[in-house]
Amino acid sequence: MSFLTYLINGISLGSVYAIIALGYTMVYGIAKMLNFAHGDVIMVGGYAALTMMLSYGAHPLIAVLAAIVVCTLLGITIEAVAYRPLREAASPLAVLITAIGVSYLLQNVVLLIFGSSPKSFQSVVSVPDLKLAGGALNISGETIVTILSCIIIMTVLTLFINKTKAGQAMLAVSEDKGAAQLMGINVNGTIALTFAIGSGLAAIAGVLLCSAYPSLSPYTGSMPGIKAFVAAVFGGIGSIPGAMIGGALLGVIEILGKAYISSQLADAIVFAVLIIVLLVKPTGLLGKKIQEKV
Amino acid sequence: MKKFSKVLSVAVSAAMVAGVFTATASAEETFKIGGIGPMTGAAAVYGNAVMNAAQIAVDEINEAGGVNGAQLEFNPQDDEHDAEKSVNAYNTLKDWGMQMLLGSVTSAPCIAVEAEAANDNMFLLTPSGSAVDCITAGDNAFRVCFSDPDQGLASAKYIGENGLAEKVAVIYDSSDVYSSGIYATFRAEAENQPFEIVADPSFTSDSKTDFSVQLQQAKDAGAELVFLPIYYNEAALIFQQAAGMDFAPKWFGVDGMDGILSVEGFDTSLAEGVMLLTPFSADAEDDLTKNFVAKYQEKFGEVPNQFAADAYDGIYAMKAALEQSGATPDMDASTLCDAVKVAMTEITVDGLTGTGMTWSAEGEPSKAPKAVVIENGAYKGM
Amino acid sequence: MKRKKLKSNLITYGIVIAAFVLVQILTYTGNLSSLLKGLLIPLCVYVVLAVSLNLVVGISGELSLGHAGFMCVGAFSGAFFSKCMQGVIVSGGLRLFLAMLLGAGVAAVFGILVGIPVLRLKGDYLAIVTLAFGEIIKNVINVFYVGIDSNGVHVSMKDQFSLGMDVDGTVILNGPQGITGTPKDATFLAGIILILVTLFIVLNLIDSRDGRAIMSIRDNRIAAESIGINITKYKLMAFTISASLAGAAGALYAHNLATLQAKKFDYNLSIMALVFVVLGGIGNIRGSVIAAVVLTALPELLRGLSNYRMLIYAIVLIVMMLFNWAPKALEWRERYLSRFFKKSVKEGK
Repeated sequence: MSFLTYLINGISLGSVYAIIALGYTMVYGIAKMLNFAHGDVIMVGGYAALTMMLSYGAHPLIAVLAAIVVCTLLGITIEAVAYRPLREAASPLAVLITAIGVSYLLQNVVLLIFGSSPKSFQSVVSVPDLKLAGGALNISGETIVTILSCIIIMTVLTLFINKTKAGQAMLAVSEDKGAAQLMGINVNGTIALTFAIGSGLAAIAGVLLCSAYPSLSPYTGSMPGIKAFVAAVFGGIGSIPGAMIGGALLGVIEILGKAYISSQLADAIVFAVLIIVLLVKPTGLLGKKIQEKV
Repeated sequence: MKKFSKVLSVAVSAAMVAGVFTATASAEETFKIGGIGPMTGAAAVYGNAVMNAAQIAVDEINEAGGVNGAQLEFNPQDDEHDAEKSVNAYNTLKDWGMQMLLGSVTSAPCIAVEAEAANDNMFLLTPSGSAVDCITAGDNAFRVCFSDPDQGLASAKYIGENGLAEKVAVIYDSSDVYSSGIYATFRAEAENQPFEIVADPSFTSDSKTDFSVQLQQAKDAGAELVFLPIYYNEAALIFQQAAGMDFAPKWFGVDGMDGILSVEGFDTSLAEGVMLLTPFSADAEDDLTKNFVAKYQEKFGEVPNQFAADAYDGIYAMKAALEQSGATPDMDASTLCDAVKVAMTEITVDGLTGTGMTWSAEGEPSKAPKAVVIENGAYKGM
Repeated sequence: MKRKKLKSNLITYGIVIAAFVLVQILTYTGNLSSLLKGLLIPLCVYVVLAVSLNLVVGISGELSLGHAGFMCVGAFSGAFFSKCMQGVIVSGGLRLFLAMLLGAGVAAVFGILVGIPVLRLKGDYLAIVTLAFGEIIKNVINVFYVGIDSNGVHVSMKDQFSLGMDVDGTVILNGPQGITGTPKDATFLAGIILILVTLFIVLNLIDSRDGRAIMSIRDNRIAAESIGINITKYKLMAFTISASLAGAAGALYAHNLATLQAKKFDYNLSIMALVFVVLGGIGNIRGSVIAAVVLTALPELLRGLSNYRMLIYAIVLIVMMLFNWAPKALEWRERYLSRFFKKSVKEGK
């Protein structure tokens, strides 16, 4: 029985990683950049929703919408100011470093505005817990909502990319920027749209992360951000279903590792599994095979 | 590229040269007190509490006419909870002409700074560096808070003597000096007490959001009481998650737990019945506490936690020691330290974190922890 | 061509030696601030870290995000050695030298162990796996407890009670609390010597046959392979040399502070080292030296800004990156700044 409990806990944790990883993988898949500031956009989303609820007494749903708007605008701004000028830079590392700068910037701006004390986040979820096996197994309302949101977002994203013109444009840009431009696709606009969607997803992830683990500080985003990044790579970065599977697996491995091996080595176990997966399947579980050109 | 590097290196060397020259210490009529603690980074909440409260104490003392006819000057510096940065902050303060140091706030940086301060014979009073090694490098160092072993010992004794439980679980942060230090002595003392430690799951600072495994292990082991030698941020999450899994043991915390009632938006009913040993409670009814809490809230919009209280007492202890020794602001740091470290063992301070506090030559304070229980969202003495 | 390179290398050595002489003069005349005095050794450590990472990122062309892991291994083995030998070897300089050698050696072994599986991967996947290895190293050191008493060495992976030591025993490595009380043997002279040795090794490697082989793999792996260059061997060579230099830097770092915790060596430090390399110019060794010094000193020089310090630091970092790397900014600089720096352009050529 306790194994089942651990499994459920693992999936709860994994669903949070998955929803963060969706944003990561989306941006990476199209713009081919590791956005280290993604975790901090999540944190900003959490603060935006919290401020709406505490200071303006907004309904949780309105708070979530406000957070999405704030994060989307933030994402577009960051892309335009800090990333776009470096897109044609001599090395792809340049934009990686700028992303780190943006991450520090967001943390410190929030630190100055909201202070360093952690805030307790009120859950936006009003779904009751699901009790199984006579109450011995408990699936929290937050977990149910997170998993459902994950599946919905995954489906909508897949449909969007495959069925709409803007989605097709994204695919084209991710394949070959130059050729896409020649075909009349607005590359800058498409990448900005990607960031807008990715950051909007970050806001949802932020609100759900804070609902499940209701403590919010300027540094809340960094560790889940890294873990979600690992989850995205795990599933094959750039692959939308991969992010979901990677996140769920990561959560389960972390919890089971903690429970049965060592709580102090749980992270080491997660990373070790990641290494093994990548050595066997160098592009992640669902990643595309890279064709080598001679 | 090359040009730019050149421009850059010239600019930086110019800045360096400007920063290189020592500020000639001017003989002003103020006592210069430096403060070191994390003001940014994940531990910022502790450092900021200390700096804010210390500033309040300094302002109060200055308004009341200062110490030995001289004013106090306080200069807080950030160390990001990093030993290396803490030493940098210490050196910055030395250049500023610091005569006494309040810090470092957190244990590991404090150990590194104390090694430097002992070399320089700089008076060091850490408000909250609770690891044993924080003040062992020299006789220049004192602390305001309890040491970790003290708290572990007192908690184990309290649980045992009052027969609170027979099966006890401990959840602690193994990556934190404070938490694992308390756990170590708690465990050693538990051998002599009529209860048994049935589970001792730990967590690390990299994974301190999900406690389901630790709680499940405590629950499976049949723990009646869970001892939490951790800070209130994690404790708040633990209470929330325990409530979600219908696990309701008795909870027992230490001074790091103080502050849980003031976490913005926290559902205090979750902390109902939590017992903790703490030297300070923001809800105490004495005038000193009321006055301090009111001032702190007015200035910073938050309820002060125990770190703030330790810092406030720290500044007043410095004041008492300065008065006792009759020191003057024109003394250099080392002379001042020689005078003040003797005076520290002679003074008695009535502060927020205890009445009749005295210090031993080793630097340890003597004060009694109070056991309180949370009832109806407020502390109540036990 | 050759003479130009020699000249450029000599300038790099010259900068380091000039910095040393300048600091010595300032010290003897009593004009050196305590802050800078305290910063000297960390500066040396970060310069070595940046130069050694540049060997992997710039010369070998692999993105590594786990460099701090090797520094961690070096720091802990060096500090452990010095703690044990405190009574045996009295001379601080000799103890530090041996500790740095040991640190470099142990880190090199880890470099080989990590390098063999990891270097099969490419690009961002390589980056994430090195990051993973760095975090694993940190986490594993965090669970080790080592103590010494009259019966010998005790090792535990649970807590310090499980060591089962006699009363006379001392705990040396105390899990996440790390090693406390390492002798403060590090000196600025040792740091400068380490920088010079590092520069010597790296600059000579670049100019050697091996170095050209490594760079040919970076520029075109398949072409290099087709002319018979052993890819694995050369990649591993660069990776291992880089790891061992980072290990030596770690040992130096450990001997400068009274406390050493594995937490310090997390992915943030690896990223910081990468920032030095990218800002200084990928593959540009002198750039790494300068960038490491600037970015380490900058937050300290910004202390006057109190609360806004880290905010300004972040903005400066972003602006420097844009100014240094954005094609538009480069163009703009070419057009306007060159007017004012015409002279230096000519000299630069």
